[in-house]
Amino acid sequence: MVTATDLLERARRAAEEVADPELPMLTLADLGVLRGVEVGEDGAVTVALTPTYTGCPAMAEMRADVARRLRAAGFAEVRVTTVLDPPWTTDWITPEGRRKLAACGIAPPGPAPARRPQGPVPLTLSPTRRTVPCPRCGSADTEEISRFSATACKALRRCRSCLEPFEHVKDI
Amino acid sequence: MHDDTAYSALSEEHEDDARWAYGTGFHDPLHGIDTTVPEGVDGAELGAYCLALGDDALISAQRLAEWCARAPDLEEEMALANIGLDLLGQARMLYTRAGQADGSGRDEDDLAYFRDPAEFRNVRLAELPNGDFAFTIVRLLALSAWRLAVFTRLTASPDPVLAAVAAKGVKELAYHRQYAAEWAVRLGDGTEESRRRMVRAMEEVAPYLEELYAAETCTTIGEEVEAVLRQVAGEAGLAWPRVRPLPGSGRDGGHTEHLAPLLAELQGTARAFPGAAW
Repeated sequence: MVTATDLLERARRAAEEVADPELPMLTLADLGVLRGVEVGEDGAVTVALTPTYTGCPAMAEMRADVARRLRAAGFAEVRVTTVLDPPWTTDWITPEGRRKLAACGIAPPGPAPARRPQGPVPLTLSPTRRTVPCPRCGSADTEEISRFSATACKALRRCRSCLEPFEHVKDI
Repeated sequence: MHDDTAYSALSEEHEDDARWAYGTGFHDPLHGIDTTVPEGVDGAELGAYCLALGDDALISAQRLAEWCARAPDLEEEMALANIGLDLLGQARMLYTRAGQADGSGRDEDDLAYFRDPAEFRNVRLAELPNGDFAFTIVRLLALSAWRLAVFTRLTASPDPVLAAVAAKGVKELAYHRQYAAEWAVRLGDGTEESRRRMVRAMEEVAPYLEELYAAETCTTIGEEVEAVLRQVAGEAGLAWPRVRPLPGSGRDGGHTEHLAPLLAELQGTARAFPGAAW
């Protein structure tokens, strides 16, 4: 006999295992964009996702992949909803997700900048002293090449020690 | 399903969602969100406001996309395209909210592709041609500083959907402003030629700023933006110019001659082949 808890567990596991389309080493759970999985009394599954960047083109793929994966897991009716609040920050990336990023040569993000409850966002023009260690050789001597890289969420950096370029998931 | 790459997903059918590009396969960026207009909020007013903010974002995104294959180098091309993509995302959510709030039921495609130039409400600064890299940077600096100031306040909007869109946007806009500010300093404090172009760009952008400030009821936004512009100009060894503001406003549908050709390019395919899929 399959209980409601079993069903929910199965749905949750299926949703959590979906890979991010642009960072395929991460699951949606690692990325922290999975905000909830519910199974209704009629057996319909509702999965709540939150976008990383507002314009992230991978969002459509994520929704389609979640729906496909859950149907493959035996759920005939799947709804994928969007949650905007609270907004996603890189702090939602799990420790496991950070480990996987680093293992693939992508520097994981540091702590996201604190959200100011009110007042103007200050503009800092002096160079920031924050270091991003090289994911290949571990050297702290790295520099930013470009704040924008192959995807909206990553910056491009270069290690001054081993001279390899690498990507960095921006703290946002 | 053995792998989950975007490319394999492209060739698979997504039930009735067999498409993935802008305006297709992802019909409602606010899908599943409670979209009731809260009590005490005028739906028509909220809709018109979201439409105007969406128009600023869409037109800016289109201009930024024009830099693809034309930017000084690959990194800047990616940066400008990424910024445009963020703005396009904001436009999609704002358009969707606009069509719900005003009761017209228009979706993002109706609003982006099937309105004529006089129906657009974007500020004129957004539609001006890209000019040189200095003009693009100074315009981006002014527009992102202004939009950031507006969105910071909108996080407290009585409409929870607009507040949530703004809260997401604040983080993106801070990044855009940072990018533009750093380039502005580098150009202003660079060679004689880059400095000359920066000065010219500031003089070209400045007359359009009053229109931005007048578009909002909050009177402290202008001061906040001017403080940022003075800070950046000062850091670059320049002075933000004092100029006479240009009368008129895109918010009233008054546009420059540059909007219609921009829209002709943006809307051409959608109008020639309504409902086209790929």
